Amino acid sequence: MEAPTRSRAISVEVNGEQIEMEVPARRLLVHFIRDDLGLTGTHVGCDTGNCGACTIHLDGEPVKSCMALAVQADGTKIRTVEALAADGELTALQQAFNAHHALQCGYCTPGMLMSATALLERNPRPTEDEVRYALQGNICRCTGYVNIVEAVMATGSGA
Amino acid sequence: MLLREVEYARPATVEDAVSLLATHDGARPLAGGQTLVNVMKARAAAPDVLVDLADLDELRTIGFSSDGLLEIGAMVTYAQLMSSSEVDVARPILAEVASTIADVQVRNRGTVGGNVCVSDPTNHLPPLLAALGATFTIRGAAGERTVSADEFFLGVYMTAVGEGELLTKVSVPPSSGAGDGFAGVTIGKHGTYIVDAAATVAGDNVAIALGCVAAAPVRAAAMEKRLAGSDFSEATVRGAAEGLGETLDPPSDVHGSADYRRRLAEVSAVRAVLQAAGRRKER
Repeated sequence: MEAPTRSRAISVEVNGEQIEMEVPARRLLVHFIRDDLGLTGTHVGCDTGNCGACTIHLDGEPVKSCMALAVQADGTKIRTVEALAADGELTALQQAFNAHHALQCGYCTPGMLMSATALLERNPRPTEDEVRYALQGNICRCTGYVNIVEAVMATGSGA
Repeated sequence: MLLREVEYARPATVEDAVSLLATHDGARPLAGGQTLVNVMKARAAAPDVLVDLADLDELRTIGFSSDGLLEIGAMVTYAQLMSSSEVDVARPILAEVASTIADVQVRNRGTVGGNVCVSDPTNHLPPLLAALGATFTIRGAAGERTVSADEFFLGVYMTAVGEGELLTKVSVPPSSGAGDGFAGVTIGKHGTYIVDAAATVAGDNVAIALGCVAAAPVRAAAMEKRLAGSDFSEATVRGAAEGLGETLDPPSDVHGSADYRRRLAEVSAVRAVLQAAGRRKER
């Protein structure tokens, strides 16, 4: 049985790229993503697990990366907001956010996009209630929810 | 946020996990981390060693025991409860209540074991599991023991799980025609409960457990007794709830006074019992 250690070599697939790195046990996943990997699209909002700005996909499921340690992600696949327009072209959801003015200050947007992307991958034509339920863990301090929900609905209906 | 320095281990077996917990001072199990990581940020908890249960697949299963109990591993997430066909068949109230906990992201990580071991008085599962007559299996160096909800929930952040021990599973009797209900008042639509109540009506008998009114779930014993063998009509249930509030000594805080919680306890218990009674199936 291995003894407890203050750091650990982890292996994670991030946006399709395999990463091996030694990380301190106390490092939050969001800091690994932002500071170690330089993927600053994932935001730190409240840092208390309430706002959802740090939402990423861990093995395909949206989770808040400020409420996980980097060592807990060992062996997983991570997808961050940078993966959405990886080829330089915005996804339909991102285009809908643009068209519907679904961002004001933009701080919550990466988390909103990751939560909505997970919803649309599972449920391509969600109802308004389903969109609101899926985005419950994402807070927009500008309170721009109406346009955010419209953008997700529009993506779902192909409009 | 930068956490206090901590050591980390990721055992491959439950035996190793128990051994790590027993042999390291300040060791704590890490399940989904949806509470623990946050309290570590706030320095409200300062474990020296985290024993990550992530690789213990036997704690992630939902199944049935040989005597028909629904067995839920301690590492089963809320999202797993919501999509489990076993839960849907045996005790769908568990999925129904899990779907109202926090938000999608938390439900993907947060676990049944974490919810009950934190034993926060506002958590959803403690009163529900108390009403359902769940039992809790705890593994330690000396072996395994199983305790009732009464014995498990000892107080705020305190359970029967001692140092060097690990909760491995929660066992819930199948409904077998009983109806289950859960009601309360939250801060915001799916926010923290101010008061909640869980009820199960099996034939002529009812079990009622209240949350958020004391350090651990409280059984509404007098109300249960008054309702035994009754018609479970709205008037009867309302009558049986009278005086329940006076028996409680709930806290006062920014979300509600003690008196308001006493009133909510009666209202929540009535709603939970009526919902449960309406869901009973003829046997």
